[in-house]
Amino acid sequence: MTRVKWTVWLPLAVFAGFVALVALQLFRPAGREVESAMIGKPVPAFTLPPASADRPGLSPADLRDGKPKLLNVWASWCIPCAAEAPQLAALQRQGADIVSVAVRDTPDDVARFLARYGNPYSRIGADDLSQVQLGIGSSGVPETFVIDGQGIIRYQHIGDIREPDVAMLLGKLREAAR
Amino acid sequence: MRLLAPLLLALAVPGAALAQNAMPPAPYAYRQLEDPAAEAQAQELMETLRCLKCQSQSIADSDAPMAGDMRHQVRSRIAAGETPDAIRAWLVERYGDYVSYKPRLDTATWPLFALPLLLVAGTALALWRRFGRRG
Amino acid sequence: MMAEFGLAALWLAAALAALQLLAGSLSLKAGEESGQLAALVRPLAIVQGVLTGLSFAALLVLFVNTDLSVKLVAMNSHSAKPFIYKLSGAWGNHEGSMLLWVTVMAGAGGLIALFERRLPEPTMLATLAAQAFVGLGFYAFLLFSSNPFERLPSPAPKGLGLNPLLQDIGLAFHPPTLYLGYVGLSIAFSFAVGALLTRQVTPDFARAMRPWVLGAWIFLTIGITAGSYWAYYELGWGGWWFWDPVENASLMPWLAATALLHSVSVLAARDALRTWTIMLGVAAFSMSMVGTFLVRSGILTSVHAFAVDPERGSFILVLLAIYIGGALTLFALRAGTIAEGERFAVLSREGALVFNNVMLTAILAIVLVGTLYPLVTEAMGVKVSVGPPYFNPVGAIFALPMLAVMAIGPLLRWRRESFAAIRLPVLVLGLVTVAVLAIVMASSSGIGLLPLAGLALGVSVAVASVLPLRGRKLRRMPLSVWGMVLAHMGIGVAICGMASESAFSVERLVAAKAGDTVEVGPWQVRLVAVEPVAGPNWTALEGRMQARYDDGEPIELAPQARAFWTPPQQTSEAALLTRWNGQLYAVIGEQVHGDASADAPRWQLRLWWKPFVTLIWYGGLLIALGGALALVGRVLTELRRHAALRRIAERRQEQGR
Repeated sequence: MTRVKWTVWLPLAVFAGFVALVALQLFRPAGREVESAMIGKPVPAFTLPPASADRPGLSPADLRDGKPKLLNVWASWCIPCAAEAPQLAALQRQGADIVSVAVRDTPDDVARFLARYGNPYSRIGADDLSQVQLGIGSSGVPETFVIDGQGIIRYQHIGDIREPDVAMLLGKLREAAR
Repeated sequence: MRLLAPLLLALAVPGAALAQNAMPPAPYAYRQLEDPAAEAQAQELMETLRCLKCQSQSIADSDAPMAGDMRHQVRSRIAAGETPDAIRAWLVERYGDYVSYKPRLDTATWPLFALPLLLVAGTALALWRRFGRRG
Repeated sequence: MMAEFGLAALWLAAALAALQLLAGSLSLKAGEESGQLAALVRPLAIVQGVLTGLSFAALLVLFVNTDLSVKLVAMNSHSAKPFIYKLSGAWGNHEGSMLLWVTVMAGAGGLIALFERRLPEPTMLATLAAQAFVGLGFYAFLLFSSNPFERLPSPAPKGLGLNPLLQDIGLAFHPPTLYLGYVGLSIAFSFAVGALLTRQVTPDFARAMRPWVLGAWIFLTIGITAGSYWAYYELGWGGWWFWDPVENASLMPWLAATALLHSVSVLAARDALRTWTIMLGVAAFSMSMVGTFLVRSGILTSVHAFAVDPERGSFILVLLAIYIGGALTLFALRAGTIAEGERFAVLSREGALVFNNVMLTAILAIVLVGTLYPLVTEAMGVKVSVGPPYFNPVGAIFALPMLAVMAIGPLLRWRRESFAAIRLPVLVLGLVTVAVLAIVMASSSGIGLLPLAGLALGVSVAVASVLPLRGRKLRRMPLSVWGMVLAHMGIGVAICGMASESAFSVERLVAAKAGDTVEVGPWQVRLVAVEPVAGPNWTALEGRMQARYDDGEPIELAPQARAFWTPPQQTSEAALLTRWNGQLYAVIGEQVHGDASADAPRWQLRLWWKPFVTLIWYGGLLIALGGALALVGRVLTELRRHAALRRIAERRQEQGR
């Protein structure tokens, strides 16, 4: 009988590690969203032309005027964006200043969307090449960012804004004002 | 039940994919740079950047509009003289390590680099023990 | 009726598996290998195989008839689909492919019960009991959590249709070949467990296991090669391997099976590498099970993933813990009692094969860790991506030395070889390698280190593979040696193809209008016209092109951009022109909307010239062919031996001895 080597237990140990890792991950549903890594960093400087006839476009100075804002990344072809329109309207009514970036949208589609779902935005920039979207680390629509008065990104909300999120976002805006 | 989440379906919500194509792709999404060396550099970089809206594809292999926009960024920046590493760093600054298929050595990824060293040492040890003691 | 029949057959098969396990383990325990209980085991396995076959056939019938009262058919099929895709829709989904899994398992078990008589009966009983034990878990999974025969409360009016990407002849047959391979390895697993339980790790055991491993490995090789080629021409970008988690899930069992194959041969011929063989036998099917878990649990992001369901994932994980954990524990407990085999020198065939095993295992470890690593970091809250920039160079660290040893390994004698004997071949191969390096570096610039090494070693390995034929009577050589030659040549050829594609491909993207000519590599491609065409369940825009190689004769080329309507989806059908020295790959994209004043519409064209890319898949098929020759050779040898033994026994009887 040969002496038992400890190495024969190695495969089982490796397997046990695998099971532990996987069991852990199975029950924590991994978010499929990619979070922006720009939290805490300033919004890059971009000037976007207006996407709609009755709202101005977006320039760097607009985000550094001392007042915290919500930056909503949306598009007319995005279905959850329609779903969050009431929540955006609620936010605007409660005093939030919402600027927005329309990603890859024609002016006609933008106008049609706003006519149908309302227009809570103070500014709408046309981001035809997803430049701003890439610049702030947004990876899809809709997303909403909290920007403070100095143009620093403070918070990212991925996905459409649901009812409970309204109060949360207002809270984040107040935090950003300090 | 879908067997394969297809390349194109991963684009967007059902129905939205068609509407999204109303806007043309970014200029450099499907256009190569004139300088072949620069284009080769750009191509190499694009093959190692991840398409964020797809299910595991590089931006070089995807028809998703966002992938096209990222290709546009890569190509225009290379044309403007930026190095591939700088462009990669620019994207990683925005999206974290997820966007790059080339893992860099930091606190989260050091085991990946330690593993081959460990395996080389381990295999050398295994072979030496098998053969070293006998003829 | 058919659905109920299929379900009933499945239940019955599961019950028989339970009986098989019971009968096998009880008779083993009691030590009565020839008792009544023991006599049941083989017939039970055979009937189990037949029943699952019938169950699967029932599912096929349901799909062919597009029986929309069955939920699976309603979700994955459509009456307007062509026949062949109705058929392949049966396994193009989670439940159906799971049913295919148990069918292959039970079928394989039935086959060994029917034909395998070379092993001592206790080992066979233990093997069949192990096979039944593993089968039971998957039956349970099917019957309780993924019932393919579930009925809808009322029949659906129309089916949801099969994903258009799957409506392709190559992919229609990719799952069955892959599963024959994947699940065929379960036999090796059961054999290994059986041998461990009855302490019968012997050359006879290896000889019995070898053809089954070879068979599974051949199918796995074909399945992976076919999958790679399908991805290459169907996805429209010319990529043939992306280290995607599901691709890795099929590669890992293949790596283990390749190592197992070689190990089993050593055990059969020289009674060495006993522990390795058992370990690899367990590892190969374990990798299959891990792979199927990764793909079906939704835990990893992949283009290939099935509909994700963590509940099903946890079911499979529990099965994995029981089976793999159990087998590895058994291995750890009994490995010490496997006596050491025959000794051998470093420079010997066994030595080279040990090196081969160790390298393959290292590559397997890298692929496994690399695939799972994003999970590890997610547990820490960080998301990373691990892809080709990691797998290629790190895998090469072990693959390149392995190829170098593979070149001279077959030339080494068993037990001990002197360096003098192989001096000449080593010199020749060294010269070949250097020559290829010099030629390639001189004639082209900017080739990466990895493709360069791949080219040099690929040619070297291909040349080396025929060296064992030197000095032998070709007519009298056993088929298994021909098999080895072809398989090794296939590896060299495939690696040349991979390196060549990486180093020499040329790409052109243009927005062209009708009448434009584009140059790509040595080709001149002219876009003649873009016209709409229609198919059974799709419409498309077809780009008619004419391609001329170096001003030769024009050849027609017609890539399409297809739009299916159930489910609504677009695919790209690339047009391929194959020459002896490579492929022209043409794709037509969308219409380019440029200036409003544009005279004629422009279309996005993507053209590639990929020199020697087809060698990748020809190489893969060559490997499989080599395996098939080896298998046929071994089986024929066995049959001849069996016949000879019978004649000797008959003659002895005649002579009254």
